[in-house]
Amino acid sequence: MIPTGAIPAGANPPVATTFFFYLLAATMIIGGILVITRKNAVHSALALITTLLAQAALYLMLYAPFVAGVQIILYAGGIMVLFLFVIMLINMERSVKERQFNKQWLVGIVAAAALGGLFIAVYTTTTKGKTLFPEGRLLYGETDNTQKIAGLLFDLHTGQYMFAFEIASLLLLVAIIGAVVMAKKRI
Amino acid sequence: MHAFIDYIQSYLSSKQTPGAAGNLFWATVYILLVFGGLSVAVIAMNWLERKILAHMQVRLGPMRVGPHGLLQPIADAIKLLLKEDIIPSEADKFVFWIAPFIVVLAAFTVFVVVPFGPQHAITDMNIGILFMLGVSSLSVLGIVTAGWASNSHYPLIGALRSSAQMVSYEVAMGLAVVSVIMMTSLETGTGTLSMIDIVRSQQTQQEWFIFKFFPLGLVGFFIFAIAMVAETNRAPFDLPEAESELTAGFHTEYSGFRWSLFFLAEYSAMIAVSSIAVTLWLGGWLRPFPNALNGPTWDLVFSLFPGITFLLFAAICFYNTARMPKHPLFRIQTMGLAGFGAVLGLIGLVLLIPKVSVRVGDIYWFVAKVAAFMYLYIWYRGTFPRYRFDQLMKVGWKVLLPTGLALLILTAVVAMRTELWAQMTGALRP
Repeated sequence: MIPTGAIPAGANPPVATTFFFYLLAATMIIGGILVITRKNAVHSALALITTLLAQAALYLMLYAPFVAGVQIILYAGGIMVLFLFVIMLINMERSVKERQFNKQWLVGIVAAAALGGLFIAVYTTTTKGKTLFPEGRLLYGETDNTQKIAGLLFDLHTGQYMFAFEIASLLLLVAIIGAVVMAKKRI
Repeated sequence: MHAFIDYIQSYLSSKQTPGAAGNLFWATVYILLVFGGLSVAVIAMNWLERKILAHMQVRLGPMRVGPHGLLQPIADAIKLLLKEDIIPSEADKFVFWIAPFIVVLAAFTVFVVVPFGPQHAITDMNIGILFMLGVSSLSVLGIVTAGWASNSHYPLIGALRSSAQMVSYEVAMGLAVVSVIMMTSLETGTGTLSMIDIVRSQQTQQEWFIFKFFPLGLVGFFIFAIAMVAETNRAPFDLPEAESELTAGFHTEYSGFRWSLFFLAEYSAMIAVSSIAVTLWLGGWLRPFPNALNGPTWDLVFSLFPGITFLLFAAICFYNTARMPKHPLFRIQTMGLAGFGAVLGLIGLVLLIPKVSVRVGDIYWFVAKVAAFMYLYIWYRGTFPRYRFDQLMKVGWKVLLPTGLALLILTAVVAMRTELWAQMTGALRP
């Protein structure tokens, strides 16, 4: 269920209806299943794009348009294009003939069980009323979402996540330098 | 029934976009108007491109179908719709089928946030410009899948070129856009990504962003103007469909209706990026010199422009009617041209009515600026030879990207200096 009480005052009548949530969630799950079951890598990539776009729409439903926009630009528009670029250069006929599933089922079961346990732990409430589900989430209005995010990141007084943000960008820089070093023997 | 009419009328006095007012009826009307207008613009653009290119090359261009070939785009459209729809036997059927739809959807969806006027947009989003860049970057997916699904060499090379080119130029494009978004935060303290608010901030700062911090705004505009030609795969950056090397590039195997979808998407993407450039740098719907030439007299003069433009078109039509051959075979064509001129003249007269011209003035200025860009596209195609692919990459990564980065830093420094200066002088003044 969508917490209807959390919609900020003065907002338009919400498009975040339960129907849309289930529609998008179903799209994402079906897309996710298609990604791992298709033999053809390009079909998998297209299914992944569908999943990512549905995810962007879910962000919109959570009143986070900025995150949704960045999701479309970076993932659907940028990263997936490079994915396709690489996939198209692979020899398709050989990859189709290869076995799809590897034999690491033990690790797979452990990982799936851990994730399932986490989900159950988050969604269950003990008899004492204790729960892991976060309460009092911060919900920003649609109209100044971008500005609020900027405030959380960079503002002198309200900024909390600047260090984490900069560290993340440093990590990306390291990845770029690593790629250049590995690809080019002589710089 | 009465409530419905009230619902329709309630929007007219709200001074908002239909999306912001939450009015479903007017939103539908606006969507239909925008998409209808877009289709007409693509048809007109098709005719104009062939005519203008022909005149640049001292040819006549289409002359047979209708007077001066005016009905040629319609004849072409009918031909394309009736043509056999071929899917190559070795092609990936589903991907081949869906690729043109991805391209068309991406090209059309961006028009949801294009601001034709303060109220004349389907809706206004908080992330307007981000939405436009993001959704228009999805069209490359359609091109890549089209090239791959054809299962043929030329389309695949075209698709690879296209993805490399579009991803590279998106970076420079984004840097130029960010410098403008930085400019919107001047004076108010908070910037904005909303398309309507970007134009509004140019209004409050009393300066189009192309002239802001001269020459920084101009440099940003040039970066965008180059990158947008590459983004839309047009000459001189039309390597994905370079006909001398790749037959027709990524859409070699497409025919009939599917091919026309690619055509439609290419032209609406051109209009979309042009409207981004107009919104960000050229003041969107604002008329020229709103502060230097203000007052009721100038307002009246500028409000006459839409009507006069259409009357001019009508005059051109009548002039050419008089010049038509006097042979009986041309009688129907002559009458048709005169009728077309009469329709244009009538539209011009309607636009001269003050009540109408007040409502459409902003749309007129926006469309006029976009039309100038569309002419530039044709002009480029008639003027520049095609780049080689390594040259294209060199321009993108070694010229536009460093310039964009430098522009971004310089804009930040100059904007900061202006802000601090304003604060200091404000503090000194009691």
